Amino acid sequence: MTSNSRKNPLQPPQLAGLEKCPSGISGLDQITGGGLPRGRTTLVCGGSGSGKTLLGMEFLVKGATKFGEAGVFMCFEENAEELAQNVASLGFDVNGLITSKQLVIDYVRIERSEIEETGEYDLEGLFIRLGLAIDSIGAKRVVLDTIETLFAALANAGILRAELRRLFRWLKDKGVTAIVTGERGEGTFTRHGLEEYVSDCVLLLDQRVVENIATRRLRIVKYRGSAHGTNEYPFLLDEQGFTVVPLTAIGLQYAVSTDFISTGVAKLDAMLGGHGYYRGGSLLLSGTAGSGKTSLAAHFLDAACRRGERCLFFAFEESPDQIMRNMRSIGLDLRQWLDKGLLRFHASRPSTFGLEMHLTAIHRATEQFQAQVVVFDPISSFESAGSFPEARAMLMRLVDFLKSRQITSLFTSLTSGGNPSEQSEVGISSLIDTWLLLRNLEQSGERTRLLYILKACGMAHSNQVREFILTDHGVDLLEVYVGPGGILTGSAKAEQDRLDSAANLIRRRDAERKRLVIEHKQKALEAKIAELKAEFELERREMEETIAETESSAQSLIAGRIEAGQRREGTTAAPDKIRKGGRK
Amino acid sequence: MSKKSKEPTSNIPEAVAPEHFVLRLYVSGATPRSAAAIANLREICETHLMGRFDLQVIDIYQQPELARDQQIIAAPTLIKQLPLPLRRLVGDLSKEERVLVSLDLSPKPLTH
Repeated sequence: MTSNSRKNPLQPPQLAGLEKCPSGISGLDQITGGGLPRGRTTLVCGGSGSGKTLLGMEFLVKGATKFGEAGVFMCFEENAEELAQNVASLGFDVNGLITSKQLVIDYVRIERSEIEETGEYDLEGLFIRLGLAIDSIGAKRVVLDTIETLFAALANAGILRAELRRLFRWLKDKGVTAIVTGERGEGTFTRHGLEEYVSDCVLLLDQRVVENIATRRLRIVKYRGSAHGTNEYPFLLDEQGFTVVPLTAIGLQYAVSTDFISTGVAKLDAMLGGHGYYRGGSLLLSGTAGSGKTSLAAHFLDAACRRGERCLFFAFEESPDQIMRNMRSIGLDLRQWLDKGLLRFHASRPSTFGLEMHLTAIHRATEQFQAQVVVFDPISSFESAGSFPEARAMLMRLVDFLKSRQITSLFTSLTSGGNPSEQSEVGISSLIDTWLLLRNLEQSGERTRLLYILKACGMAHSNQVREFILTDHGVDLLEVYVGPGGILTGSAKAEQDRLDSAANLIRRRDAERKRLVIEHKQKALEAKIAELKAEFELERREMEETIAETESSAQSLIAGRIEAGQRREGTTAAPDKIRKGGRK
Repeated sequence: MSKKSKEPTSNIPEAVAPEHFVLRLYVSGATPRSAAAIANLREICETHLMGRFDLQVIDIYQQPELARDQQIIAAPTLIKQLPLPLRRLVGDLSKEERVLVSLDLSPKPLTH
């Protein structure tokens, strides 16, 4: 008990928050922090054709289909049939909802020419009709579109204003969440100052045409008792209804992956630390015209499809057929992936519609296809669909969105010749994880492609410039010649290689010759040695023979003397005697 | 048509005599304004349309569907269904002259 009563004073800040009624309109609930103020009236104002009626109708349709809240649409300008037809183009089955008692459309027809004012009156008729409609289906949501028509029909503005004030109070008492639309006036939100009566929430719809491209925008002018986004948010109206694109609703808190995915070019993977790009990262390929951006992107796609990943190719300058034909010339068959359902093309001209429309189309296509890899070729063309800051804001949201979904993205950007290559056209470099720069180099009368890594966040990467060639079996990277005169590529490199090899040959021959000389000298030396040896042998033999001869002749001399001695003594020779005699 | 009938001035009642008026007065409950409207209308009818009017007073609280079907927004509203053209007179019918003009019963347009 005591703990409760102690707790309570702390809790009100949370509890006192305004209860919200989710509109079910994509993006609107995000920027309003949950929806429109429940049980209160919201004023939606905007010029003609700004989408007020559709916003109102979607609020009711979504209420009925998603939140089980029936709704009443009281229209003053179109009849129920026209209204149903108009919103059918947004995919709303109004008649079905009417049949299932989830929606009531009451068309209030006022014909100025039929009406004559003859004294005091009130708008009790309107109240009764609205009350009847609400009670007949237990409606929780009400749309009045647009009640300002009454000002044109009834002359007594004094009565009208008093009655409107009473109407808004009555709606509040009924507890319904209401939307009242109003035509934008000069210098005021609505032509007849409805904002005076509706003080809880005011939304402003706007459609602006800049350079022939219309962009719809929504702004929360006021939302009493609630925090809300204050920016102008672009929104779309298409066959899927009303979509507000939150510019900055996504925080910077997405999880990141440490997985790598291949670029499809082994040598490029090697340049990027051996692995490729980070999964879920964003990659920018910028370069001048014809520098091979699309080809490299196609390699990336091809590799992804090979891994069985779902890829989306957003082409802004070429048709899918053209891209596939061109890629076939470098040996990439993208059609097989298209047939297998792994690849899908989304081709549209940047100027077809505004940036927001593109952004939402991208959102939608990516979500529907559940793409894991998306390619945008090229993003620089978005500048033609909006101003520079708009294009940048759009791409920022795009990168944010893709990162939050862990979708790996590849953007190509066309750098116009003469510009500093480091300046990517749309200035999104800071949003990009990995940035490859493709350059054309003109040298010795020919053009070669160069590739280098300008930035690769969070991974070791090569700082080298590589020559980049397109062969009929794909992209290949070559080492470039780095010499005293800078880098050489293409045939200059080939020429240099030839010169180098010629010089090498000469050097090699020189060495060969020297080796031969040595060999020759060695042989000569060896020959001389052999000759000397032979000479020596000859001499030795001669000497030995002489020695032998000398010895034998000496012996025979001694023998002769002994013989002679013996003859004189009559005895045969005795050695000792011989010796004695010899001594003599 | 209506203008032509106004031209022969003094003989208005006779000129419009064959026309039968079908009037529906929609009121919202028994408010003083409703009562005033009913009283004002009765007086006008008895003065100008004696014997050739068909008046019905409808309380839209009782029959809200009629409010919807008859495109009633203001109360009280008098609808002149016949003779054509159809007219809607909103208010308590206290501005008699306006009522008469709207109903093509303008009494003495030349006296002004």
